[in-house]
Formats: sequence, C-alpha cells, structure tokens
Amino acid sequence: MSAPATAPAPRSPEPTVRRDHASAAWRLRDRIGLGFAWLLGLLFCAITSAIVIYLLVQGIKYVRPELFVTHPAAGFSERETGGFLDPLVGTFLVGLMAMGIALPLGLAIGVWLSEFGRPFPLARMAESTIEMIAGTPSIVLALFGTLIFQSPALGFLSRSVGGLVFGRSFFAAATVLSFVALPLVVASVREGLQAIPGHVREASYAVGKTKATTTRRILLPAARPSVITGALLGFGRVIGDTAIIVILLGATLRFDGVGSTPVLSTLRGTGGTLTTYIFQNAPTGEGNQPAKAYAAAFVLLMLVLVLNVGADVVGRKGKALRWS
Amino acid sequence: MELTPPPVRRLPLDPAPGRGDADGHRPGAPLDGARRRRAPSSGFATDRMQVEDVSIAYGRKLAVDRVSLPIRQGEVLALIGPSGCGKTTLLRSLNRLTELTSTASFKGSITLDGADITRLEPTALRRRVTMVFQQPNPFPMSVFDNIAYVLREQAARRPKRAALNRRVREVLAHAGLLDEVEHDLRHPALRLSGGQQQRLCIARALAADPEVLLLDEPCSALDPQSTQVIEDLIVKLREQVAVVIVTHNLQQAYRIADYVAFMYLGELVEYGSATQVFGAPREQRTREYVSGAFG
Amino acid sequence: MDATPPSRLFALRGSDQRAELMLGALVFGVLAVVAAMLVFVFQEAWPSFSHNGLHWFGSGGSVDRQIEAIFTSGDLKRRPVYTFHAWPLLWSTLLITGLAVLIAFVSSLFVAVFIVEFAPDWMRAVLEPVVRLLASVPSVIYGLLGVLVVVPFIGNHLISEHSKASVAYIVSLSGYSLLAAVVILTVMIAPIMIAVFVNGLRAVPRSWLEGSLALGINEWRTFWKIGVRTARPVLVAGTVLGVARALGEAIMLAMVSGSVGFAPNPGDGLIFFVEPSRPLAATILQNAEELASPPMRHTLFAIAAVLLFSAAMLSFTGWVVKQPMKRYGVRA
Repeated sequence: MSAPATAPAPRSPEPTVRRDHASAAWRLRDRIGLGFAWLLGLLFCAITSAIVIYLLVQGIKYVRPELFVTHPAAGFSERETGGFLDPLVGTFLVGLMAMGIALPLGLAIGVWLSEFGRPFPLARMAESTIEMIAGTPSIVLALFGTLIFQSPALGFLSRSVGGLVFGRSFFAAATVLSFVALPLVVASVREGLQAIPGHVREASYAVGKTKATTTRRILLPAARPSVITGALLGFGRVIGDTAIIVILLGATLRFDGVGSTPVLSTLRGTGGTLTTYIFQNAPTGEGNQPAKAYAAAFVLLMLVLVLNVGADVVGRKGKALRWS
Repeated sequence: MELTPPPVRRLPLDPAPGRGDADGHRPGAPLDGARRRRAPSSGFATDRMQVEDVSIAYGRKLAVDRVSLPIRQGEVLALIGPSGCGKTTLLRSLNRLTELTSTASFKGSITLDGADITRLEPTALRRRVTMVFQQPNPFPMSVFDNIAYVLREQAARRPKRAALNRRVREVLAHAGLLDEVEHDLRHPALRLSGGQQQRLCIARALAADPEVLLLDEPCSALDPQSTQVIEDLIVKLREQVAVVIVTHNLQQAYRIADYVAFMYLGELVEYGSATQVFGAPREQRTREYVSGAFG
Repeated sequence: MDATPPSRLFALRGSDQRAELMLGALVFGVLAVVAAMLVFVFQEAWPSFSHNGLHWFGSGGSVDRQIEAIFTSGDLKRRPVYTFHAWPLLWSTLLITGLAVLIAFVSSLFVAVFIVEFAPDWMRAVLEPVVRLLASVPSVIYGLLGVLVVVPFIGNHLISEHSKASVAYIVSLSGYSLLAAVVILTVMIAPIMIAVFVNGLRAVPRSWLEGSLALGINEWRTFWKIGVRTARPVLVAGTVLGVARALGEAIMLAMVSGSVGFAPNPGDGLIFFVEPSRPLAATILQNAEELASPPMRHTLFAIAAVLLFSAAMLSFTGWVVKQPMKRYGVRA
C-alpha cells in the first residue's frame, strides 16, 4: 500500500518531527511526586508493621492465662495486682448494653431517614444532628451524661448517698456510649437500605404490602449485612472509648455493686473496662504496671481485630448478594 | 498543526453537514437505504500504523487472534463485527490502553511510522494516538477546562492565558462545538447534552494534536441528530489524522468508512474497501453479517 | 384496590401511619436529647464565660493555679472564684491539632493515592485491612505506646541536659511534649483519614481516568488532576473527621502531652517542640473528679462548650467548603 507522492497529508508523516513531547511525558516534578508517594506508602507500611508487631510481641510476652480469670487488685508489684477479669467483663457488659440501645435506635432512625423522611426539614435536621453527634468529642458527651445521671430523678440508676446522686454506673456509661455508636449504626443502616433498588420496594407494594411490612419483611432482611457491619463497628467504637468510662463508670478496678439484687447491683454500680485498665496501668496512671497494660492492650487489640474481620466478612457476604 | 481542514470531497447528492437528516441513520433500515456520506477513498493515503500478527488475551481468553492490517491517514478505517469480537480490544491496543488491564497479554507487533509502539513511552504514544470512548466521559470541569487541561498538561511550560484561550476556541471550532458553547465556556461539561459531550471529548482528543484518532463506538449512546454531526466531523478529520472507528452500526460504517475490517471471534475475517466489503464480500461470514444474518 | 373493604384499607394505611409516627417520634426524641445537650452545656458554662468575658480566651497567670483556686473555692463554700484564662490550653489544642492534621493530611493523601493507584496488588490487599484496623484501634493503646516508647525516646535522646537546664526554672522537659503529642496524634488520625480518602479515590469513575490516560497524560498527573480533584469533597469530609477526632482526643493527649498548663513558646527555638502543654479535652478529663465543686463544674463545662462549638463550626465549615465543588458534577 505505498502512497503516491501526491498524498495530500497536511502534516509530514516523518516520525521524527514531533518527538518534542516524549521528554515532557514524565517531568521531573511528576517523578518526584511519584517517588514521594512510594516513599510515604512504604513509610506507612513500616510504621504500621512496627506498631502491630511491637504490640504483638509485648502482648505475647505478658499475656498469661490466669490474667483472664483473676480479679484486679491494688498493689505495687506485678504479683499483687492480679488480672483483668473485671475490666474484661466490664468491656463486654458496657459494649452490649450500649449496643442494646444504639442498635434499635439506629435502626429506627436509619429506616425513618431512608424510607419515610417526612417532613423534609425534620429529616435534614436529623441528618445534621447525627453528623454533629459523630463530631462531638466523647468527653463532652460524658460531661453531659453527668448532668443527666446526677439528677435526683435518675438516682435509682446509680449510687446515691443522702440525696446526692453519684451518677456513675453501667447504666449511665452505656446510655451515653450508645450515642457514640449511634452515627455508625445509622450510616450503615442507611447505606444498606439505599443499596436496595427501588423496584424491590415497588414489587412489594404492588402485591398490596404496606410500607411497614415491606420494611420489616423485605428491606431489613436484605440490609442485614450492613446492619451487622454497623453493629460490629459500633461495638468496636464503644469498647475503645475511655473518656466516658472514666467519667461515667468511675473506672474502678473492680465492680462495686449497689444494692443486693445480683445483676442489677453490678449494673447500678461502678466498674471499669480494658481501656481504663490500660489507662490506669500506664506510667501516667495510678497503677503504673506497664506489663499489665501491655497485656490488656493486646487483648483489646485482638478484640478490635476480631470485630473488624467480622465486619469485613459480613460486609463481603452482603456484597455478594446484591441486585445487579 | 493546521487547523482549518481542507474541503471534504463529497458526492453532489450528499446532504450538507449539520443540516436536517433526510435519510441519515435509521436503525434497522436496510443498508442500501443508507447513503455514503462521502466519496470512496481516492487512494491518496499515507501508511501510519501497521498491525502485524497481533494476538491479545485476557488471562486465558483470547480476544484478538493474529490480526494484521494497515492504518492510513486520509482514510477512515472502520472495525466492525458482532459484540465481543475483539474490535474494541484491538482498538485499545493501538495506544496501549490494554495495558491498564493487568490480565491482558499481548503478542505480535504494532508500529507507528515504522517504530514499534511497545518501544515508545506509553504516555508519548498516547499523545500521538488519542482515543474517544463509547460513553462520553468529559471531566468534571467546565467546558473550557476540559480542553485547557489537555493543553496545559502537554505544554512544556504553563501556557499564557491568552494563548490558551485562543487555542481552546480553535479546538472547539474544529470539533464543531464552538457555536453552541461559546456564550459560556465556564458551563459544566457534564451538563451538556450527550452529543455535545461526545464532541467535547473529540475536541479534547484533537487538542492533544494527535496523529491517529481512535473512536470506540462514539455514537452508540447518542441520538441520530448528534450522530450525524459527529459522522460529518469524522469525515472532515480524516485528512489530518488517521481515523480508526469501532462500530457495530453497519450503516454508520458504510456512511463514513473508506476501509472496513470485519472481525469475528477475535479473527480478522475480511479487510477491504468499504464498497468491496459491503458490496461484494469475499467471505461467507462477512456476507451473512453484512446482510444482517447474525450479530 | 376497589375490592378491599374500607375497614381493611384503613387498617393498612393505619399501620403505616403508626409506624411512621413511632419512628418519627423516636427521631424527634433523639433531636430533643441533642438540643437539650446543647442547652444544658451552654447553660452550665455560662457563669464561667460571664465572669471572665473575653478574657476567658486570653492569657494571664498560671492556668493550673487558676484551676486550683476555682476548685478550692467551691469546696470551702466561700465566694466562688471563676477567674480563668484558658489561652495556654487553647494554644496547646490549636498547636497539637493543627500540626497533626497538617502532617496527617499531606501524608494521608499521598498514601491513599499510593494505595489506590500505584501499590502492587499484594501490598494493597494487605494495606487496606490494616488501615481499617488502625483506624479503629482505641486511642488509649496509642497513648500507651506513646508513654512507653515515644516519650522516653524523646526524653532520653532528643533533649540534651543543657536544654533541660536552660528552661528548668519555667518548665521541666521530660519527653512529655508537643512533639510526642503531635507524632502520636498524627499516627492515630492518619489511618482514619486514609480510610476515608481511599474510599473516595476508589469511587472516581474509571472512565474519567482512562479518558485522561488515553490523551497521553501520564498516570501521576492523571490521578492527581482528575482523581484527587474529583474526590475533593471526600478529602474535605475525611479531614473534618480527622480534625474532630484530634480536637476531642482526651485520653491519649492527657497521657503524652505532659499535662501542664503551659503555652509552648515558638520563641524558644527547637526546645519549643519538646515543651509540655495540655489541650482542652485532656483538661476536662483530668479534672473530672472535681465536678462536684460548682465553680469547677461551670469552668469545665465552659471548656466543653468551646469544644462543642468548635466541632459544630468544623462540620459547618466542611459543608460550606463542599458547596462550590458540586457545580461541576463532582460527587460528594
């Protein structure tokens, strides 16, 4: 296919003419930028693995089985201070109680925002309020909690001496902590519901189902993976909080029950969780038992890891079952 | 590069470009109802790219099987064939976009002006061989910035405001879009109509001042009116850049192509001038496809 | 629908209405609780603000001694003392949050770009879950690491005896410092920001990136100019999240910042970075035991009110910044 000499090509077909921009393709600036991204990426890997490996090593070094079954005690040496049975139980207790409030509440708010959302101003306000809760420091929530739970009307939820309400109990801490988890749960519920295409709802309405029935029977089961993911992440956030525990649970070493009813007395009393246990056993805390702090940090990290992996697995399973 | 294109040779009976379409693209209409938008190639064309024995596989799935064909400036080459026949893959391999898919493997050779494209820096290659996609994909910026982005990125140093302004207008005019957007170049590109968006994408591809223009079903997402405008544009462009267009619209191929390559299941079944492929196909499969028997 | 008896139709609609009402009431209840929180916090904070006026935000005297005086005045049933000049605490918060967010933003952006676009597949597969894990590690664990690793390192290796002696009459340098706080806080909020950034960058439509690559613009410029640009609203959201976490972080900062009501002085040269301080949130935490003293309570609530106001302003600012980005179809 040789072209005749009279080819009306407006530009020279010689390959050497326009080589100028080959050199401009990757300017020095771009190379430096890319190099910087690699550098920071590798640095991040290094820091990350340093943190994780350091915590694992320290944890494995100090974790003993008996720590899980021994009550903590005050003391000055490794041998006197016991284990972290109470904080461990307290962690689960406060986490479950907080999620017991946050999950139904978050479901309700998420469903309302996604499926009803009328009147519109209320919906907008609810959205920004949830956003605001997410941005509110937990220490501020904790202070607000003291106002609420120190009021005499709620005295039955904590210890009170001569009309003076302490306002520190599992009830108080869990209630306020539920607000910490609430934005996560609401976001997950909404995400799950919004991923369901409109025709699924229409199909249900078309066979005469009400909105309420559709939501309960069709939408929520379909959104279940998202809800579970949100619940797990919320649980992780709750058990990772320290400020609210310090202020509203008292951060005592052992459970200090109020009254004589078996379970209720614990819930009305003060206690601690793994986070406050770490806080107190750090060199800056009252206990100053770094070995115990490392062991507890290891256990807490493992808990968070399990929750994360769980959320990942559930989330992936949910994605596999999507409408196309 | 010279921007005002040479006058397009047309048959007297062709409708003027951009006017109402008497019998332009009618989906499903028999082929002989479609009119050639331009005269067949006079053969005054220069070889630009050469595809030699190219095979491309995604993982173990062979998408393109030992294809060889020339790509010439001054002619429009249309790749036709049923969906999944490998024509888009072949097109994407011409500026090494297939490399973005990590599973893709490439065999054979493609040359641009005699130089093996795998030896060229991909970025440098893609400046000379630009591509327009099936779905209009203007960047989320203003009309002006869409063009200016390409100009700015390709200039050795930051172009002056006035020069940039002039060049953007030139490019938009080249793609026949200037009249429609001139009043507001700050208009968000994503709020243009589909046809305008696609012409903006063509303008963007031309702003790169390419030597070869690849079009991947550029009209499949557009209405007939916009399709006609773009087809006229493509025909106008063929003297300045080598144009390769993938289409599964046979009327379109017939209207604008000088040469047609028919691909089926990754193989190049037939390659020839448009009149030959549509008028007197040599292969049985081509005959069946062209007459609408399958695909 | 005509065939449905009126009573049943009513029941159907009734159950929907009931559900909507109940859910709406719950939402309204939550709104009410938050509104109550705003009102209560500012009401409790008012005495402190009204006594000090704008001097509340100013400097003057030792803030730690002022806190001491406020606490004891409540205890002894004397006339309550409210004098409080929070500048050292505000300055500490600004410094620690600002520096940490600045460093974290830049490095998170690069790391996120690296993870999404340039990292090898195997590395990406490892990094992404790890980022999410680090983002959910409780802050007390970071605090522990800070106290046991970073602080001793700074105290033993970065501060010379000479510099310790040079400021010994004002403040003691022991490693609990601005530097430790910023380093740990950066490491703490960076994964949070990276996780958000990665999600946003990944959501950038491939077609836009391909469109740019197909015009011969290299991967770096393409990703920077199209990808990052498109994801700007997400960058804002992630940054807001990071700032909120930094602002409200009490535990970790109480552990590593030194917990001294001291305003680090940039005029001190390099020593500036190893001077101790104490941000607002940590101040609340450390004095929470003293809530029973009314003037102390009002003072702590005033600090909480400042934090609450900053958090609200922060999310409002984020919203404002995102508005103009919507015009060109950039997704939020």
